[in-house]
Amino acid sequence: MSAPIQLRPDETFILNVGPQHPATHGVLRVKMEMDGEYIVKAETVLGYVHRMHEKMGENRTYAQYLPNLSRLDYLGALGYTHGHVLAIERAAGIEVPERAEYIRAITVELNRVASHLFWFGAFVMDLGGFSPLMYAIQDREHILDMLEAVTGARLTYCYYRFGGLYNDVDDDFIEAAKRFIPRMRKSLKKYAALVTGNIIFQKRLEGIAPVSAEMCRKYGATGPVARGSGINFDVRKNEPYSVYPEFDFDVPVYHECDSMARYKVRMDEMEQSLRIIEQGLEKLPSGPIMTEKKPKNIKLPVGDFYQAVETARGSFGIRIVSDGDKNAYRLKLRSPTYSNMHLFDEACEGMLIMDALAFMGSLDLVIPEMDR
Amino acid sequence: MSLTLLNVIVAVVIAIAFAAANAAYLVWAERRGAARIQRRPGPNINGPFGLLQPPLDGIKLMTKQLMIPGGADKILFMVAPVLAMAPAIMSFVTIPFSKGIAAHNMEIGVLMIFAFASMGAMAILFAGWGSRNKYSVMASVRAVSQNVSYEIPMLITAITVVMVNGSMDLKAISLAQAGGFWHWNIFPSLHSPLMPISFIIFFICSLAETNRAPFDLGEAESELVAGFHTEYGSMGFGLFFMGEYANIVIGASLTTILFLGGWDCPFGMFPGVWWFLLKIYLLIATFIWIRWTFPRTTIYGLLNLSWKILIPISLFNLLLTAGLLKVF
Repeated sequence: MSAPIQLRPDETFILNVGPQHPATHGVLRVKMEMDGEYIVKAETVLGYVHRMHEKMGENRTYAQYLPNLSRLDYLGALGYTHGHVLAIERAAGIEVPERAEYIRAITVELNRVASHLFWFGAFVMDLGGFSPLMYAIQDREHILDMLEAVTGARLTYCYYRFGGLYNDVDDDFIEAAKRFIPRMRKSLKKYAALVTGNIIFQKRLEGIAPVSAEMCRKYGATGPVARGSGINFDVRKNEPYSVYPEFDFDVPVYHECDSMARYKVRMDEMEQSLRIIEQGLEKLPSGPIMTEKKPKNIKLPVGDFYQAVETARGSFGIRIVSDGDKNAYRLKLRSPTYSNMHLFDEACEGMLIMDALAFMGSLDLVIPEMDR
Repeated sequence: MSLTLLNVIVAVVIAIAFAAANAAYLVWAERRGAARIQRRPGPNINGPFGLLQPPLDGIKLMTKQLMIPGGADKILFMVAPVLAMAPAIMSFVTIPFSKGIAAHNMEIGVLMIFAFASMGAMAILFAGWGSRNKYSVMASVRAVSQNVSYEIPMLITAITVVMVNGSMDLKAISLAQAGGFWHWNIFPSLHSPLMPISFIIFFICSLAETNRAPFDLGEAESELVAGFHTEYGSMGFGLFFMGEYANIVIGASLTTILFLGGWDCPFGMFPGVWWFLLKIYLLIATFIWIRWTFPRTTIYGLLNLSWKILIPISLFNLLLTAGLLKVF
């Protein structure tokens, strides 16, 4: 275990991790005050890929804004567009056919598995093991192929429409998804044997970077980060939306608060997502995928609307303040990584740099989503 | 005088050629091996099976501009890559590939190889310090503390073998193990019942000595960018790279000679250089396999492993062997 840190403020130096650094997986900069390999103080500097998505939301109509949402988090884009369409549908009172909601749930969960798979590979790569990344992206490839077939895109999906979907799923998709589930379960077993059971891997994560539940509440951390700290909060359960109440699934919660707990939450979540997909495919009703009654130009009534969804990274919230026009008066995106990231400054004080960067990996950061 | 001098020069040239060819083609082997492990093709475009990749990489590296970062210590910066490669080549001089194939046989071969191997740490220190890059300095300090702490158990284990075989001459050590695998040092003998453990310690140490994963803390790419060679481009980087692979060959050769009987055939028939090469390449394949399977250890985990586990065990082993040699 790491030795206690001795602070000698006159002998520290500043280390700039980023904006171009392999561990930050994007253009994030962390200004670290270092005492040898120990971090005395860290300060995250954001804004290198700020693209003013919130301002764009005020200048574009609601439908025009739809593709923007998938540019936030390029790994789990469907969850974000789902939040937007749900917000608009609820505010404008648009009914969504049941089939469309089921397909949304299936595709969102597939996307969540894809996102977690990529995180898994990248995280193990952060720890120096390169091969699991290749296995993970191979599994992810099956999901991307499936989603490409129905949505037409592989990464930045714009599949959901207000009141339904752009495209119905065909039998091929359902067949592929049914084939995928057992294959993925086999892969998860393989990952558990190859990575989770590895002694070096366990030594590097267990007891490292404790994030207390209190700290999660303080910074507003959600998703797997909060669930790894023992907070049983999942928007799909606590504030149910779409057809999630119809599904039988568990929310994995671990109380260890360390990097290993966050890792285990995500690995278990993949299994739960597979369960949801399985049930969704079973229950998938027939019928239309697009509502009949939908105004051509959507105008929201005057008011303040908020919708939260559980994305792969945590609770994503979209708040729309409408003055009755065809675009929003003010639009605010609450992105989960932004809150999760801010834990880092406080939690990594006194940590070794290699543990801190492993901790950063366990937060599952997607920088464009943070900077919006 | 001239004939012996000519002999030495020819032998040294062959040693350099062997080291360079191995370094170049082990990169190819490593990339192909990694690709096989990761279910992707790997380099397969240039030449059959991508076999032209190493020379083309060499040409690319040589034609690139040699950049020296502003504020760097120029002399140390330039010396470091040479210092990384040269000792590795020097070590080849004394390695006996077979009964008759050795550039120059020395009575203190084991000592010489260890002396040259410890110069590698200096190259890393010079590179890290000379680059004037915080990541490089951190990495070089890590790598040096790692090399120093792994040299100790490695040396102690080597001394155990030297004591059992009664010689520091690599050729004599090999000959002492001749006549089938049951004579090899890897198996427990009357004088040293803990030899298999010694072999494992020696193998772990040679992994750590060459800065290979899971002990690649000196170039921990996800933390310290590229470690001590962050600022190196062109052939400066190339030399570090080749030096690493040359050191792997040295490590595998030394393991083969000390524990696996050198050029001896496992069944006592047709001993020869092919057995030696087969053994070292099997060991190198294991190196590659380990690298692409395990994640990286932490620096404290690494030092703990050496100081708290490997050194006590190897010391105990040394003591036991010494006692048994005295008794029997």
